Parts: sequence; structure tokens; C-alpha cells
Amino acid sequence: MRYLLVEDNEQLATAVVDRLTLDGHVVDRAGDLGTAEDFIATTEYDLILLDIMLPDGDGRHFLQSHRASRRDTPVIVLTARSEVSDRVGVLDLGADDYLVKPFDFSELEARCRAVLRRRSGGASNVQRFGGVCFDALACTLTVGDREIRLRNRELRLFEIFINAPDQVFSKSKLVDRLFSYDVDASENAIEVYVGRLRKHLEGAEAQIVTVRGLGYRLSLS
Amino acid sequence: MSSPILLRGSIRRRLIIQLLVGAALLATLMFLVVQRYARDLAGQSQDEILAASVTAILDSAAVRQGDLTVDIPYFAFSMLGNISEDRVFYAIRRNGSFLTGYPDLPKPFAASGSTPRFQTDTYDGEDIRMATATRRLSVEGQPDFIEVTVAQTRYGLRQQLAAISQTVAGFGIGFFVLSALFGILAAQSAIRPLRRLAESVSRRGLADLRPVSAPVPAEMEALVRALNGFMSRLKTSLTRSEDLIAEAAHRVRTPLATVRTQAEITLRRVDKPENRQAVREMIRAIDESSRAAGQLLDHAMVSFRSDHLELEDVEIARLVRETVDRVHPTADLRDIDLVLRLPEATMRVKGDPILMQSALLNLLDNAIKYSPADSCVHVSARITDQEAVITVRDEGAGFPKTDMGRLTRRFVRGSNTDAVVGSGLGLTIAHEVARAHGGRLFLTNHNEEGGACASLSFPLA
Repeated sequence: MRYLLVEDNEQLATAVVDRLTLDGHVVDRAGDLGTAEDFIATTEYDLILLDIMLPDGDGRHFLQSHRASRRDTPVIVLTARSEVSDRVGVLDLGADDYLVKPFDFSELEARCRAVLRRRSGGASNVQRFGGVCFDALACTLTVGDREIRLRNRELRLFEIFINAPDQVFSKSKLVDRLFSYDVDASENAIEVYVGRLRKHLEGAEAQIVTVRGLGYRLSLS
Repeated sequence: MSSPILLRGSIRRRLIIQLLVGAALLATLMFLVVQRYARDLAGQSQDEILAASVTAILDSAAVRQGDLTVDIPYFAFSMLGNISEDRVFYAIRRNGSFLTGYPDLPKPFAASGSTPRFQTDTYDGEDIRMATATRRLSVEGQPDFIEVTVAQTRYGLRQQLAAISQTVAGFGIGFFVLSALFGILAAQSAIRPLRRLAESVSRRGLADLRPVSAPVPAEMEALVRALNGFMSRLKTSLTRSEDLIAEAAHRVRTPLATVRTQAEITLRRVDKPENRQAVREMIRAIDESSRAAGQLLDHAMVSFRSDHLELEDVEIARLVRETVDRVHPTADLRDIDLVLRLPEATMRVKGDPILMQSALLNLLDNAIKYSPADSCVHVSARITDQEAVITVRDEGAGFPKTDMGRLTRRFVRGSNTDAVVGSGLGLTIAHEVARAHGGRLFLTNHNEEGGACASLSFPLA
């Protein structure tokens, strides 16, 4: 997916770009509205992440003119203002969703996914590996002629594996990705979700393999 | 916490007393004046008859064949008899010596002339009124003075006066009663604008600080001006603190967002378990503070809007659906299903949709936070006789029984929530929103499954 991040705070922008890149997305970063316009004029984006308070103007005006010129790239507003009325106002201006700073990356991911799913209108975004079709937007995994609906955590876990086949992920890293920090999630929980995925993958070439002492990886049996 | 008010006197009572005293004085004065006038008038008519009688007797005096004769005409007394049962006395004197009549009738004080003079005296133990006049005749060339005195008791006059006094007293009492009534009415109507002002101010919401706009009488201008000035100062200071909260939240949140994001990325690069634990705790602390900032801001917004409640028609089912949509991604993250059960019938209430959404968001947020992963949060709405009730139920540990009563207070959190980030304001917000709409928030635990169950009720439109 190709994202445009419009955010003037350097550190936050860098961190967000780093994180989204880790997940395999391509991210362009604009520090102000002018740059953002330039990017949009030349590139098709799947999603725009838009800050409200920018050095050369109000992100809401940008949003308004964006919608007025009939561009329908989905927009998620990142705002530090959390007043409900502000949020409602943003949605009225045509934003697809909003996120209040500071945000949980998992939540950002989830909201991006939800928006993309809503906007894709059934267009598929399928990844294939070892006889398995994975559609992150539709939340489905197809093994042979079996289509399985994945629950959110299964989906996110499988996404991590399929984006980097054969790479070993430690349980603790997987915990970080899957659970919010406010729950003292144990690494045992990961085993539960790996177990579920293994069940889904029964009969396929692709398998989640335990690498003793290190973690798990997705590879061909 | 209102301090006791020192009361001294009552304007209404004072006004009524003053008006009553005034009316009593006026009534008495009227009584006295009219009585006096009536007495004068009655006395005057008695005097006129007495004078006529005296004149008639004098006129009948004549000199015949060189001698003086007085032939008292009948009507000279009969005209006096007109007045009730009064007794009549008379005395005729010639050159100062008694001639005929009642010899011991008191002598007039002053030497009288041809016009009658009057005086009041007592005779035979009774009050009498006397008229005296003198006539000069010539008997054989000698001047001869004849003096006639006619007197009459004053029963009739007194009776007449008593009757008049009675009537006048009746009038006086009537006058007093009428003016007392008017006085009380006047006092009431003088007080009414004060009472109206007091009512309009006390009927307001806790922080409805608009200036008084209802018309008030000129005398109250200074009071209302002072009141308005006071309220506008209060409002300014309230607005300032609200702005401060908003600005502070903004200033705090942006750097927090940076720190949180970088901490999350750092966590990926760190391998040592103790360092990882440290970074996790860091993220948790950031979440605590950013949440607190957000909730404080929301709470300030809720307090503000509750006091300036602008009501519009809100369709409950639609509100619930939209709000639930909004939390779907967060619920999804923890594999929590949101189960929505809404009735077919439309449920319309009068409310501020932004506030109501905020209340519901807080309940949903709580339910998702405290639910175990892979569970359900049940959201339902139903209609009772007068209310629409929205219920959010989770499958978590439920509210601790001992905390139930105090969870809606600010910054109070359940005793079983240590593992979950929270500010202790969510239920306070929901509670205040419900109360502002005339509804309420009630907390229970689900009978069979034990999850927490929070319901918001709003009176139907």
C-alpha cells in the first residue's frame, strides 16, 4: 500500500514512517500542505494520514478542498484535539476516520485496514504463498477450496509471517505486535494463536514451523 | 455548599405595614374632618332656627297705647319643635329686668345687639344652645330695650351627630379596608419583579452564565447590572480554564505521540527482557497520561455543554449504530465481537447527540478494555414507558460490589482494574451526560455470566 503522511512534527513523522515501512507499506512524507499537494498531484495514494495543525494551514481546509475536487483517496485525520465535537466535525468534512494522538500503532493499523476495506469495494489485495491465498482486506485465508475467515489477531499474526516468509519471529516480538500494552499478555497466548493458524493451514504446503529456542517462521513443508 | 443567609426584615412586610399605617391615619383623619364638618353644619342649622325664633318674638313686640306688649307667636316655638324631642326655654327681659319666660335661664354674657348672638351653656342639668337678640323700642319718647333669649336642648343634634358619625365611621372602615387591600396588592406587585428575577436565576443550570435578559424595572437596574457583571467575570474565568485544558491537552499530546511511537519502535529493536519490560512500562505510562489528558478535556467539554444544553431530536438506534461503528477497529484488535441488538421501533429522545455519543463511547471503551480477548460486548437499546435505555454489557470481571456506589465519582476506579489503563473519568462523563438529559446511569453485574452491565437512560421525547 502507498501512504501519504502529512505531519509537521519531524520525530513523530519519522517514527510513523519507520513503523509503516516495517509493515511493508510505501510511505511518502509531507511536512506541510503545499508539499502534500505536490505529492498528490503526481502520485496515486491508497491512503492519506493527515495532521490538523500544520505550519501553512489547517488540515481541515485541505480535507475540504480535497473532497471538493472529487478526489476520493481515503483520509484518516491524526489530531491532538480530542474534543468529541472536533472529531465529529472532521468526519463531516469528509474524513474517513480520525485518530487521537498519541495513538497505538496497532490501532492506527486497524483503522487504516478498516478504512481500506470499506473503500476497496471488494477489490482484492491477495498475497499467495505455498498454495495459500491471503487477503488482508477481506480477512480471508484460502487453502485449496476452503475459505477461512480470520479473526483479527489471527489475521495480524499471519500477515507478519507472510510479509517475511522464512524469517524467524521471537514470541516476545509477536506479543508486542499483537497485544496492546495495557494487557499483561503472556507469550503463551501467542502459542494459542499459532495453534489456530496451524489448524487453518492444515493440508497446505505453507506451514508455521517452531524454531526451537528462537520462535516461529512460515515456510514450505 | 451555600453559607447561611443573614435575613433582616422583609420588603414586602415593611411595605404592607407602612401602607396599612398610612391608610389607618387617612381613615381617622377623614372621620374626624367629616364629623367636625357635620357637627358645624348641624349646629349652624339649629342656630338659624333659634335666630329665626328670636327674631319672630322680637318682631311681635310692639308699643300699644303707650305700653309694651309681646305677643309670642306660636310658630316661634313650633319651628323649634321640628327638631326631635328637644325642650325649648325662653326669657324676655326689659331693660335688663326679667319680664317673662324662665327666670333662671342663664343670662347672655355679652350685651347683645339686634343680630342674634349665640352661646352654649347648661340649664337644668342639660346642655343648651341659646340665641339672644335685643330690640330698641320707643315708649313715650323713652328708649326701651327688649331682649329675647331662646334656648333649646341639644338631644336632636347629638342624635344627628351620632348617626352621621356612625355612617362616617363605616366609610372610614371601608376606606381603610380598601386601601389595605390595595396596599397588599401593591406590595405584591412591587415585589414580583424581584421574585421573578430570583426565580429565573435559580432555575438556571449550574453554569448557565448568560446575562439576565428578561425586562426588569428601573429600580432593579443596578442589581441586575451587578449580577450580569459578576456572571460575565465568572464565565470569562470558566472559559479561560476550559481553553487552558484544551491547550494543555494539545501541548501534552503531540510530544507524547512522538515518544510513544518511538518507544514502540525501540521495543522492536530491544532484546534484553529487562529493557523490554522498561520500554513497555514507558508506553503504559504514556498511555495513562494521554488518556487522562483526553478524558479531562472531554469532561470539561461535557460539563460545558451540559450547562448549555442544546436539544435536538436524536434517534437512539442511529446514534448507537454510529458509535459502535466507531469502536469496531479497537474491539477488533482484541478479537472482541460487538453484538448489537436494537428494536424495530424508532426511539426518539431530545438530547445533545455529541454528549450522548461521548457517554456511549466511554461505556463502549470501558467494556472493550475490561473484556477478555475473544469475547463479546453486547450493546442493546430498549424502550420503557418513558425512557430509552442503552445497555452495554461485557463478559469481563464485572464491577466490584464494594465500589459500585462510587465509580461515577471523578478519578475513582474499580479496585480490580490495575492491569488496565484508565483515568477514572469515563463513568463520570457518562453519568453527567445522563443527568444533564434528565436520565441516569446505572451499573449492575449480569446475573448469569457476571459481566459488567452499564445502562444509560434518557427520557423519551
